[in-house]
This record gives sequence, C-alpha cells and structure tokens, in this order.
Amino acid sequence: MTQPQTRDEQPTNPTRQKSTGMRLIVPLQGIVQGRGGLILGTLIPCALFYFFQLYTKRNRGNSSNTPSNPPSPSSSSPNLAELPRTSSRLSLFSRVGSSGPVSVSGRASLIARENDSPYYIGLEKVSKDPYDKERNPDGIIQLGLSENRLCFDLIEKWMVENVREAMVGRDGEHLSINGIAAYQPFDGLMELKVAVAGFMSQVMRKVVSLDPSQIVLTAGATPAIEILCFCLADHGNAFLIPTPYYPGFDRDVRLRTGVELIPVHCRSADNFLLSVTALEQAYNQARKRGVKVRGILISNPSNPVGNILPRETLHNILVFAQEKNIHIICDEIFAGSVYRGEEFVSMPEILMEEFDKNRVHIIYGLSKDLCLPGFRVGVIYSYNKNVLALAKRLTRFSSISAPSQRLLISMLSDTKFIEEFIKTNKQRIQKLHHSFVDGLKQLGIQCIESSAGFYCWANMSELISSYGEKGELDLWDKLLNIAKVNVTPGSACHCIEPGWFRCCFTTLALEDIPVVMKRIRKVAETCKSLS
Amino acid sequence: MLSTKASRDSHGQDSSYFVGWQEYEKNPYHDVRNPTGIIQMGLAENQLSFDLIESWIARNPDAVGLKKNGASMFKELALFQDYHGLPAFKNALVKFMAEIRGNKVKFDPNKLVLTAGSTSANETLMFCLAERGDAFLLPTPYYPGFDRDLKWRTGVEIVPIHCSSSNDFQITMPELEKSYQEAQRLGLKVKGVFITNPSNPLGTTMTRDELNHLISFSMAKNIHIVSDEIYSGTAFDCPKFISIIEALMDRHLENTDIWSRIHIVYSLSKDLGLPGFRVGMIYSNNETVVSAATKMSSFGLISSQTQYLLSRMLSQSKFTSNYMEKNRKRLRKRKEMLVSGLQSAGIKCLKSNAGLFCWVDMRHLLSSQTFEAEEELWKNILYGVRLNIPPGSSCHCSEPGWFRICFANLSEGTLKAAMKRIKNFVDHNYQEMACDQRSTFYKWLSKILSNNHESDRY
Repeated sequence: MTQPQTRDEQPTNPTRQKSTGMRLIVPLQGIVQGRGGLILGTLIPCALFYFFQLYTKRNRGNSSNTPSNPPSPSSSSPNLAELPRTSSRLSLFSRVGSSGPVSVSGRASLIARENDSPYYIGLEKVSKDPYDKERNPDGIIQLGLSENRLCFDLIEKWMVENVREAMVGRDGEHLSINGIAAYQPFDGLMELKVAVAGFMSQVMRKVVSLDPSQIVLTAGATPAIEILCFCLADHGNAFLIPTPYYPGFDRDVRLRTGVELIPVHCRSADNFLLSVTALEQAYNQARKRGVKVRGILISNPSNPVGNILPRETLHNILVFAQEKNIHIICDEIFAGSVYRGEEFVSMPEILMEEFDKNRVHIIYGLSKDLCLPGFRVGVIYSYNKNVLALAKRLTRFSSISAPSQRLLISMLSDTKFIEEFIKTNKQRIQKLHHSFVDGLKQLGIQCIESSAGFYCWANMSELISSYGEKGELDLWDKLLNIAKVNVTPGSACHCIEPGWFRCCFTTLALEDIPVVMKRIRKVAETCKSLS
Repeated sequence: MLSTKASRDSHGQDSSYFVGWQEYEKNPYHDVRNPTGIIQMGLAENQLSFDLIESWIARNPDAVGLKKNGASMFKELALFQDYHGLPAFKNALVKFMAEIRGNKVKFDPNKLVLTAGSTSANETLMFCLAERGDAFLLPTPYYPGFDRDLKWRTGVEIVPIHCSSSNDFQITMPELEKSYQEAQRLGLKVKGVFITNPSNPLGTTMTRDELNHLISFSMAKNIHIVSDEIYSGTAFDCPKFISIIEALMDRHLENTDIWSRIHIVYSLSKDLGLPGFRVGMIYSNNETVVSAATKMSSFGLISSQTQYLLSRMLSQSKFTSNYMEKNRKRLRKRKEMLVSGLQSAGIKCLKSNAGLFCWVDMRHLLSSQTFEAEEELWKNILYGVRLNIPPGSSCHCSEPGWFRICFANLSEGTLKAAMKRIKNFVDHNYQEMACDQRSTFYKWLSKILSNNHESDRY
C-alpha cells in the first residue's frame, strides 16, 4: 500500500509511485477473476516489494538530516508546480532540496557556505596573519578594509577624560543605571538623534541644518540599508546601482529582502561618474525583463572610487527619479572624509531646491567619520513620513545598545571637540592619500583622481597577464600571497573594466607606506617582465 | 510607491497589547506628579535588581572606562565589528547560561551567535530555518510580539497549539498533533515547534512530560525545536527549570538527528534587567544555522563597548551567583505580593514559578464567557481602573477571561496602589452583579468552576 502523501514525505521519484499503483491493480484483478495462480504468482512478490518500500521509506525518514549540503537542483519534485509563493531563486533551490529530511532554509544553506568573494577571502586571510611592524613584520598588510585608524589618539584622549560620566549618569550622589538599562525607544534616544543631526550638519559644512525627527537610528549602516529596502521595495523588485560599488551591498540589499541590484556600469573614460544615459538604459532594460525598478542606490562620496558627485549630476539623478517616479537612496557615510577642496554637495543641500523630497532617503553612520565601527551606529534620514514610521518599527530588530548611545550623546554634543576632530581627520587622510598615491605613481600605477574616502582606485591593468577577470584575480592572488598585501579587486565591486583595485590606506601609518610600495614593486616587476 | 509592507496597516500594532501600552504612554502614572494616571502592568521588565548592577559598576570603574589592567582597550573595541563576537563575552555568556541551569548543561561558545536582542535572534532563526509560507507551531497563549517578530519580514506563518486551563495550559500530544494537522489542512509546511520556556505569559516552567512529548513529536515529524529560554534565570520556585537541552541529554539523544534540530534563544533583557543593552543570542547545535546566523547577525550586532562591559561582569562568578540568588528571592517575594493582593480582591492566578508576571483568572468578572466580554472588561480596567494589563486574547488564548499582570516593572508602592484599585473595582463590580437575577446563578457557576481548580490556585 502506498503511504498517505503528506507535504513532509514527498517522494523523490513521482514515476515510482505510479508503478506501485499499477502493481496493486494487477493482483486485485486476478483475485476478482478467480485466478489462483495469478494471486500466488503476483501477490507474493508484490507484497515483498511493498514491505521493501516501507522499509526503505522508514529508513530514509530516519537518516541524518543533512542541512549543510546545499540542495541539488537535479532531483525533481512535484512541488515545483506549487512553487510561486515567491519567485526567489533561493527558495527554488530549497523546495527542490526539501524532499526528504527537514532542512534549514535555502537562504541559510547559501549563506552558510564559505564566501568565495575575494573581498571576504582577503579579509579572512589577513585576520589569520596580520602585519605588525614589531611582532609580525612579514604578515599581510591590510589594504582591503576601509577603516580609519588615523585619529584614535584624539578620541582616546576624549574618552579618558569623559567616559565614566558620559556612560553612567548621576542620580543625585549615586550612580544610576536605570536610565540606560530599561527599554529605550527602538529607533534611538531623542538626545542622540539631536546630537547626530548636529554632527551630520557639521560634517556637511553646516550648509543645511537637519531635523532630528527625520532620523531613525540603527545598529550600524548595514541594517539601515536593509530596513530602507524593506520599506521601499517588495521581493523581486530592483534597485539600480552604479558600478563599481561596495561589495557588502550584495549582502545588505539582497540577502533577506529578495530585492535585486541592477548594475549601471560607469567607465574610466568618465572617471567612473554616473551618467543619466546609462541610468536610462539600465532602467529600460529592466522594464523589458519585467522587473520593477523601485529606486536608485548611490554612494556619495563613492566607494570604492572615492569621487564625489558634481551638483549637476545629482540634479539630473533627481530629475530622472522624479520622471520615473522612483526613490533615491544616497549613502553618504564617507561625507566627513572629503579632504580635497572640491565642493561636496550633500542630498539635503540639493533638496533645498524644488524637488519632491518624499523620494529621497539618506544613509549615514558613525563607523567612518567618527572611526567607531564597533559601537554600531547607523542613520536613516528621510523626508517621507510613511517610510520613517515603518523604519522606526523595524528598528526593533537592530537597535543601538543604550550605553553606547549615552556615550555618543556626550561625545557628539561636545561640538568643540567634534569640530577639531573633523578638521584634523581630513588633514591626516589627505596627507596619507597624497603619500600613498605618489608611491603608487612611482611604480607606474595611476589612480583615479579622488577627493574623499579612505582608499584610492588604482589602475593596475598594465600588470595583469590577460585582460579580463581571470587576469585580474591572478594579480589579486599574487598581491595577497606573494606581496602579502590585501587589496580589493574591481570584479568584487562589479567593475566592468578589469584591472582596477581598491587600496585603503587609512589603516596605515606614514612609515608603513614605503613597506607597502616595496612589496607591490616586487610583484609589479615580475608581472611586467612576464608580459 | 512604497513597499507592500509600508502601505499595509501596522503589523499587529492594533492588538490590545500595544493599544494598552500606547494609552499608558499618553497618561503614565506617577505617585507624585500623576497619581491618577494609568499604571503600567503590561511590561515584562525586571527592575528589581538594578542596585546590584550599579554597585558592581561602582566597584569596577575599569570596565566602564573600557580599560583592562589599567591599559585602554578603547582602540580595539572601537574597531571591533567581527560578527563572531568578542570571545571573552561569549565565554562569559556560556558560563552564565550553564550556571542558570545548575551547571547540568555545558555550552560551547562556538555554537553561540550574538544578536541585538532576542527579538533579532528569533527573527534570524526564522530566516535560517524556514522559507516564506512555512509554518511554526506555537503553544497558546504566547507573547504577542511573536506575531510580528517571527512573521513580519520572514513570511513565516504561526499555527497555534491550543492549550487549555483544564490542565493548566500544558502542552499535550493530542493538541500537538491537532495543530500539525491544521497546518497541513492550510497547506503549510511545518518546519518546527517554537516554545517559550519558562512560558510567557503563563509564568510556568515546562514539565518534563511536556518536554518529552515535544521531543518525541519533533522526532516523529522530523522538525526543529526552538526554545526561547529568556526567562530561564527568573525561575524562582520549584519545580525547577529544565532546559530543552537537559531534557534531550536525559534521554541520551546527543548523537541523534534531533540534536542538530535544537535551537535556544536567550537574552539578558529579563534575567539581568538590561533590555536597553540589546543583548540576545542564538545557541544552536546545527553548524549550518550557526554559520548562517553569524553572518546574518551583521544586521544587528551588539556594540563592542557593551560586550566588553558585560564580559567583565559575567565572568565574575561571585557577582553572578549572588545576583541570581538575590534576584530570584526578590522576584518570588514580589510575585507573592501580587498574588495575595489579587486574592484579597477574590481573583486567582495560575500557580507560577518563574517569569516577571502572573497569569490571572478573571473569568468570573466577565459578563459572559466570550471574547467580547473580555474586551469589555479590558477596556473597563484600562480606562476606568487605569491599569494596563493585556488580555488573554492578545496572547491568542483560546479561553476568554485570562489576563497577564506584570509585577517586576514597578515599585512596591505602585503595586500596592494598583492592588487597591483592583479591589475597589471588583467590590464595586460584585455589588452591581448582586442586584442582578442572573448573577446569582453566575456566582454559583463560577464557584463550581473555581472549586475544580482549587489545587492549582492560591
């Protein structure tokens, strides 16, 4: 007898079920027609067959759950027809794999696997063998993480003088933890929003003053971007994004929201600046494919190139968005690192002109400009009341820890310290940038002229053996394993032109630069001699 | 223009659980400034032991100052954003979790994933274990927040396992089976059972029988068990708290299938009374889940400053054992205060041994045994008596007339004031009912009913 079909016990082979059905009918026919020989000849082997099936089915049910094996798309399943509850590819794989013992979600299987992006592989390698001038001079030098270590002395000094009072308030004469222990508003304390609004305004050269009630605080910029995606788009919708872009967006935007990223390729001929023509093209292509574009995701200052969008380009992007009735998410997390005299125009500034503000949302955070990635502070700044209301509710999943909020309220409210800090920070970044770019120049490696960020966008296409992604990855590998320098290859950032690399220099001290250049020179010379 | 989520109504925000909270915020009680305001008894927060934490902080200025043996840890902490979490913190946490379980279970820090609160942990687990449209079975009554935390962004469905007052809301095999069938009838694939142990809102720990039923059921159906044990440290009375892992170990199931389908959620919000710190975690025996959840935790990491401070606090056994003992004593005392206060108003509670609340039986105060009558009573209590106490329906209880009342988030004085208000309300209520012909019959009926449960109440 066949087992009753439940959704849990999906057979792997639908045709097999049909044949067992047939085998039931034949002996029954024999019984009805009174052919004893038929009964003996067919019933007994059939009975044996059924018991064998029962036995194997039971054992399959008890076999160890293999959640770590990614579901294979080759086994067919009758469930495929029922699928479109969702159109996600991830869920497709998992349904196919779910015939058999219960598994984890397709999402989990996918993300649990070792990440094969060079961006993550490089970071992993450095963590195992990090360079230290004294303790590990042969270790790998980290140029793949946009982290700013140039101004810790300033913050540390402030901390030593202020942290205790900042963190734990005083209730009369006694220490009081009541204020920070209890439930806080999930989207952050109002005092911190006020302090952050003030800080952002200072960073944006005080051209605009920002409204704290338009701020939602999150545990880092990573959840900020995800939350905005949940607010603005549905599963299967898409955002247009200029390339090259920060590799983390692939995870932040796509992983759990099911929102697609459609690259809008920028080229070296345009200094990798976004053009509206390219936007228009990408938008139309998406429409042809039946994909609904909900918005554009830009970074200004951009990562990994480090340039800033001119006023005119920002204006044109806004016009485009208005025309197509889509949103703009502008990640301005590096706004405070603009070291060149060039004019950085922030979104709030350009929105002072006549534009529909409801479609513009800004991402910010304290990880870059205040060098505090460990404290997890991200910002969504939006003009759209509905988006703010929903984002607020979603921050319950990503709230900032109260002691850190208290500490930062105190630090950011010290406007004198902050002003000094912003100024010194820019000076140090600029100095290091100059020195680093010069060093590369002497090796014959040119960089895009950049004005912000903790990195430079270097053209190493002359060093790659074959002009393509493979050649680029070969060079990346040599730099990582021979020169022992971790840089981020352009392909990890979806750059359409091979040979470009992002090199972060703010994890270095000035005296480390000659060491870096010496190591790169070794590999560069080998590559040149081979080509 | 916006996503469906944004355009749709607030997710579950119109439930009485949240409405009550909002009303309280509009008119919060203060013994001096607003003595006629609404008293908040709907918030499961532990405010009884702040003094212990404060005195620890006063004795350990280095931890607050982010120093270790006089040297500043600031730079390392400021840069630390590794989603694997601060090793010292994870080591301290597993030690603390083991201590809560009487050291009967040992935890491996490599199986621990840190998240910004258990809200984030629960959601992350759903993302890791289920696809959109899959279902988890939850015993009722359950914490109203699960409707949002488990379902909202994940697309996972909840199918209730109905529990009744006839056996003190314990989970039974027939009900487990029934809810599983119901899920199938709805065309939902069941990925697991989600329990809260100790239970919210019941305030009881699961019995060994219940845990065994659950384990057998999950083995038979080949599904996961998620055990939200965030109240494990608040078990202040016997029977003692048994963790799902302990129950499995007692059945020697460590090397079987089911072992890798067990996932525990924990947090410091209830046991240590630090919800503002946003410290939650997932403990799983499943490598894939640990790996996936670790990466997903990027969407809600705990501040390194907090991790460091708490790692110092929790690694001091003297502090933790002293804290746990004192905290439990205070919780028990406060619960007894609530129970006796209610008793004097003729109101009984489910016998509880854990949690920050009591599951209160107000069925005899209903005009009829319906949810409409329950809502009526809830509104009277919220707007008339001015107490915020969530009704059972907001927790998906299948029987009307039950309410959750919290006792650890208010001072003794405020609790006394609340008890006074309830007594006045009930006296007034009974006086009215006595004049009504029907009420005589009703009183007789409720007496019969309450006599049946004599042994489970006090």
